Amino acid sequence: MTVTLFAFYLFSITAVMSGLFVVVARNPVHSVLWLILTFFSAASLFVLMGAEFVAMLLAIVYVGAVAVLFLFVVMMLDVDFVELKSGMQKYFLIGLAIGVVLLMELGLVIGHWKVAPEAGSLLQSPTPPIGDVHNTLALGQIIYTDYIYLFQIAGLILLTAMIGAIVLTLRHRTDVKRQNVVDQMQRDPAEAMEVINVKSGQGL
Amino acid sequence: MISVEHYLTVAALLFVIGIFGIFLNRKNVIVILMSIELMLLAVNINFVAFSTHLGDLTGQVFTLFILTVAAAEAAIGLAILVCFFRVRGTIAVEDINVMKG
Repeated sequence: MTVTLFAFYLFSITAVMSGLFVVVARNPVHSVLWLILTFFSAASLFVLMGAEFVAMLLAIVYVGAVAVLFLFVVMMLDVDFVELKSGMQKYFLIGLAIGVVLLMELGLVIGHWKVAPEAGSLLQSPTPPIGDVHNTLALGQIIYTDYIYLFQIAGLILLTAMIGAIVLTLRHRTDVKRQNVVDQMQRDPAEAMEVINVKSGQGL
Repeated sequence: MISVEHYLTVAALLFVIGIFGIFLNRKNVIVILMSIELMLLAVNINFVAFSTHLGDLTGQVFTLFILTVAAAEAAIGLAILVCFFRVRGTIAVEDINVMKG
């Protein structure tokens, strides 16, 4: 049990500290790298909670796709990040004040709630005992049956995002020569070339 | 023993860091997007903590959909950012005032 507790404190402190470095780092590339560390620590916390599938999803989808997307954009844009940092001191105090107030409000909530006595009978999809069915299988059994419509809608959302991102960033450049297959296939010798009889000594 | 409050505390801290980041980096859209990702991560930790605490898998299904929407949001946001940078040559939030919004 002490090992679990040690792991919990290790990962949660790592998550919070790297989360803090995400927002205070001077270089956005460092921010993205700290964000990746935060996601990994959160994935470890999910494993500690017994939600392995979500943990793997976080590691694959977030670290593998979203964070790398951020990294691409940060490195691709030629932005003067020092200039963007210039107003930081001005907003530091007000941001800190709002953060502390919000944290205190959340802290007031955390100690003072209790589970309703009838909550046990209201479970939508109770977790099967971990000995029988492991987490991924249990999730799969309800995602593809009870939540099939939501699952399909999630797929449609991703499709929309993909189409939107392509449409937004696709640029039709006019100064580039492109291949036109139909034109190429419809060429015939009659209109593509002309035979000229050049008389010797005169040229064209 | 790790109780659900432990996880809720971590999630609350991450959420507040996300809000703090939006205030701190008011000019840089990329870091604002990353702060939003942090806040969504905090929400996910809450969902999974309650899911395992109450023994109800629905929370983890919800986390799945939040992840989907967050990935879509990041992709669209960054696409808009790239588009905007191409037109204006800057990503400072204060310069995004063409529509006077």
